[in-house]
Amino acid sequence: MTVQYTGVQSQHQAALDQGRFLIQRCGACQRFVHFPRELCPHCGAMSLDFVEPAGTGTVHATTVVQRPVEQGGSFNVCLVDLDEGVRLMSRVEGLAPGDVQVGQRVRARVQMKDGHGMVVFSSGAAA
Amino acid sequence: MSLSSGLKALRGSASIVGAATFGCGEAPGFTDMEILARAAHAAVADAGLTMRDIDGLCTASVLSTMWPMPVIEYLGLNPSFVDGTMLGGSSFIAHLMPAMLALQAGQCNAVLVCYGSTQRTATFGRTQMAQARRMMDPQPFEAPYEPMQPVSSYALAASRHMAQYGTTRRQLAEVAVAARNWARLNPEAFERRPLGIDEVLASRMVSDPLTVRDCCLVTDGAGAFVLTRTDRARHLPRPPVAVLGTATAVWHRQISAMPDLTVTAASQSGRLAFEMAGLAPKDVDVLELYDAFTINTLLFLEDLGFCAKGEGGAFVEGGAIGPGGRLPVNTNGGGLSCVHPGMYGIFALIEAVRQLRGEGGERQVANARIALAHGNGGTLSSQATALLGVADAV
Repeated sequence: MTVQYTGVQSQHQAALDQGRFLIQRCGACQRFVHFPRELCPHCGAMSLDFVEPAGTGTVHATTVVQRPVEQGGSFNVCLVDLDEGVRLMSRVEGLAPGDVQVGQRVRARVQMKDGHGMVVFSSGAAA
Repeated sequence: MSLSSGLKALRGSASIVGAATFGCGEAPGFTDMEILARAAHAAVADAGLTMRDIDGLCTASVLSTMWPMPVIEYLGLNPSFVDGTMLGGSSFIAHLMPAMLALQAGQCNAVLVCYGSTQRTATFGRTQMAQARRMMDPQPFEAPYEPMQPVSSYALAASRHMAQYGTTRRQLAEVAVAARNWARLNPEAFERRPLGIDEVLASRMVSDPLTVRDCCLVTDGAGAFVLTRTDRARHLPRPPVAVLGTATAVWHRQISAMPDLTVTAASQSGRLAFEMAGLAPKDVDVLELYDAFTINTLLFLEDLGFCAKGEGGAFVEGGAIGPGGRLPVNTNGGGLSCVHPGMYGIFALIEAVRQLRGEGGERQVANARIALAHGNGGTLSSQATALLGVADAV
């Protein structure tokens, strides 16, 4: 494969499109980072590498976006704290949107939509 | 982070000498620029000045990325000081500090701060704006999950506050009802129908736990004020309102990047503004807090030091921040019931000025000497605090 040098956002998306969810870790301060950046927002070093997270996390906050049934119905939007200590917006699937609870344990998976990968969560760390 | 002696020395150095609104509610047939110009002219006239006296300009727009240029062109200004910093709804309070620095340095002598939007009645309105912003200001790590922005971001903050501190929907509803009860005393307010807690709780859910009554209005409106050095302000016709302290803090853009969903950057802007003013929350007679959503008022009461973290819900119970309550908050009716043309910060500041001038009519807070105006921008992203005082508070 030809090595292509691109910004980290497209590298992150390219991995997702292949079904792999990556976050970053700073080689200087060892802290995890998400969303992907060119430099570490904690220490300023240009030492971020992509790593695979464990995929387990906890719902930090949750909402149900109300939408008419004919437009697809209401759906969940939440913030999940990964066990690595980074937070991301996502949704929990496999539950009624209003049954998603703050503090609930969830596990990440990559779902394809229109040829692109996105991170969603299932309830239960073992799911 | 502590305050430099240079900033402390700015305490009270500039005063608001004129203020005006125009087209609050609905201004059909007007453009953003036209209602801005009406408010700007009225504020300058209120200050006893003419447009020729204006040599500083601060303004911001949701739509136009180069907004100071068309405003300068339209108003016929030749300013020696321009600030177009766009920090969402906190912008016009955030403009205070650079304006004070420019006035103190002699870069200019009279700064006009102004805003106008006809987002309610305009053809290119809120829906079109939201679409354009998805392209111009992309948030690729949130947009795929289709949050209804900005309300879903505030709903997430509310959900966290409820889970962590036991805050209830009824306590959020108290905020909406207090705002409405103030609005009922304000002839300029857009929504003046009676509103009760049960009606808020039963109203249409938008993004849990926030109903349509937990959300600010969508109105037209323009606001403007004029700032001069305080020594000059004393020779102008209106009672000057001194800027005793002001600070701005920005911690993030996206709600998913907010360090702690229950603590806003108001905890920093407020602390610095109080330090500059040499004041404490107990000294404040009236508060104007940017209430884009009911959760905002709780968060800002906590972060600005009016109650402990997590106790905002209990603090507002029983009509405590409404007319006749223990602490007057959002005396014009706020963004929830008075006016919210996309960015509300300038209206919070103008209501604080009106209260300190004793122009509040039926809603006037007796003997108001110190007011706090607080602006919020983005998704709890930018926070700007100002402490204002009557002339003898300097």
